[in-house]
Amino acid sequence: MRAAFLDALTERMEREPDLFVLTADTGFHVFDDFRVRFAPRFLNVGIAEATMIGVAAGLALEGRKVVTYGIAPFVTFRCHEQVRDCLCHPRLPVTIVGVGAGLAYGPAGMTHHAIEDVAVMAALPGMTVVCPGDPVETRHAVLGLAGVRGPAYLRLGRSGETPVHAGPLPSFAIGRAVDVADGGDVAILATGTMLATAVDAARLLAARGIEAEVVGFPTVKPLDLDRLDRVAARHRAVATLEEHVASGGFGAAVAVRLAGAGWGGTLRVFAIPDEYATHAGSREHLLAGYGLSAEAVAASLRDIVRGRPLRARPGRPGAGRAGGSGAVRGRAGATRPGGPR
Amino acid sequence: MSLRPETRTSRDLAARVRADVVRMHRRGSNVGSAMSAADVLAVLYAGALRLPGTTDPSRDRLVLSKGHAAAALYAALARTGVIDPALLDDFLADGSPLTGHPPHGTVPGIDVATGSLGQGLAIAAGMAWAARTDGRGARAFVVLGDGECQEGSVWEAAALASRLRLDNLVAIVDANGLQGYDRVADVDGGLALAPRFEAFGWAARETDGHDHDALRAVLEQVPFAPGRPSAIIARTVKGRGVRDMEDRLGWHYFNVSEADLPRFIAEIDGWVTPPARPSDPSSGGPRRRQRRGPRARAGRGPTGPLCGGGEP
Repeated sequence: MRAAFLDALTERMEREPDLFVLTADTGFHVFDDFRVRFAPRFLNVGIAEATMIGVAAGLALEGRKVVTYGIAPFVTFRCHEQVRDCLCHPRLPVTIVGVGAGLAYGPAGMTHHAIEDVAVMAALPGMTVVCPGDPVETRHAVLGLAGVRGPAYLRLGRSGETPVHAGPLPSFAIGRAVDVADGGDVAILATGTMLATAVDAARLLAARGIEAEVVGFPTVKPLDLDRLDRVAARHRAVATLEEHVASGGFGAAVAVRLAGAGWGGTLRVFAIPDEYATHAGSREHLLAGYGLSAEAVAASLRDIVRGRPLRARPGRPGAGRAGGSGAVRGRAGATRPGGPR
Repeated sequence: MSLRPETRTSRDLAARVRADVVRMHRRGSNVGSAMSAADVLAVLYAGALRLPGTTDPSRDRLVLSKGHAAAALYAALARTGVIDPALLDDFLADGSPLTGHPPHGTVPGIDVATGSLGQGLAIAAGMAWAARTDGRGARAFVVLGDGECQEGSVWEAAALASRLRLDNLVAIVDANGLQGYDRVADVDGGLALAPRFEAFGWAARETDGHDHDALRAVLEQVPFAPGRPSAIIARTVKGRGVRDMEDRLGWHYFNVSEADLPRFIAEIDGWVTPPARPSDPSSGGPRRRQRRGPRARAGRGPTGPLCGGGEP
């Protein structure tokens, strides 16, 4: 995603002379050429995230557009009040880019995980929240954010993600969902870095004769309510996937809409349980421990589609713990990553 | 505060820490940061800290605010008998308690999770204030990066510590001159750290952060002034101990390859343990196990299990 981000940002720098890029000491091997080429409009403000947001506000008040870059937890939590007061209140055109969505920096430990960033950013009035699902969506998102007038949060993974989409998406727009696969038995709605997992889970279900419709929601806020309503009109079983806690996340936003519309089906929110990782582990290791592997998702959805009662078993996520979405929580505690060795 | 003349021992500890750090960073980044802090941590754990790694309330606290140097801290804890050295082999591996930045509550000898820069000085100030309020003799040491001092929260904490007259608080800045994406001087404009701390009401000293005698000498003098917190600006070199790494930004990120490992380890063995000097009272003597007494009081064996059965 980082390479796609950089390519698209470079194109914008070429055609938007008022666009500035700030980093909080992040970007080794990412901006090495970029910072030379666009030197007057690029600044490493230092290890000072709150100051970065303030400077971005000042630039924007003077008529510039700004993209800020940093590791996701540091550019969302540390400087949150500056984002709220200095960017959201005056609705300034500043895009905050956070790298390391969810558990991307798994082995680094909890300080580097971003599992609540979508919630705190989406809570801010006027904030657009975009979580691309692969490099293709990342490119579209960076280009599309040029047309967003207020502040935005762009949540990226790391690098090297496999594209989910075969090619460009002509109908991509900020605030619009992306159709990925069709199927009538269950709908899997995924945002951001879980899109590939949703596609994999749908393949596993197909092998068992269950057809899943997969819809990507790269924009979490504003949510594509029209597309969501069409999903609800078609399906009695809907699942959401996100690399984030359930509280305040994508699944919660979906639940609010479905409940408000009087939808009576079964919603299953797959999310990170209400806890911090206490051990090292790769992203894949940590996600599997939370029941967020494609295999665990497919197994859980198979039970729902076939009308089996939900039962606790290893590998089922603890999604319902904080979300209150009506989903049944499994024994997350028994499957948490690590444990005594 | 009196320190035993253990020059030889702290150097041995530093050598072991560096060798461990290089091996550990076959996985994960930040090897350069851990190498630059190795001598500071070795001197602290080889005698300067009181009762480190114990649960004694009067022990000195250490906050590694530059949490990305975690490998050096884990190695120091392992080589002074606080945690099982075998754990170092699994650094960053799936299920290991040794995360890339120090965790809270899962590794003995570590009081607080760090890794997001700019938080440690305030935490250490809180610890020092609590110790003074309780009448305990404990002191709080915090190791910061020089790049980290760009965080405004560092200076908020510095001002408060000065106001509270926390002379049991010691900030050691591992000043290696490199940060994540630039030279520190190119980002902070070359503002000198010692005068900055002085301006905030601290007493500050500068020293060579790789010279154990100098580090020990300056640590013996804290507090530098009654009623003032103490700042030690330790001049260091990022990646110190392996020439290929020294003062190179890339080693903030690179892993150590299996191919390079033997060469790096050999260089560390040759560089860090110098020939005995006539002025070194303990030179040539047998290597002594560190911190045995305090550890015995804490009820843990020198190589006791890490989690002590407490992990759910």
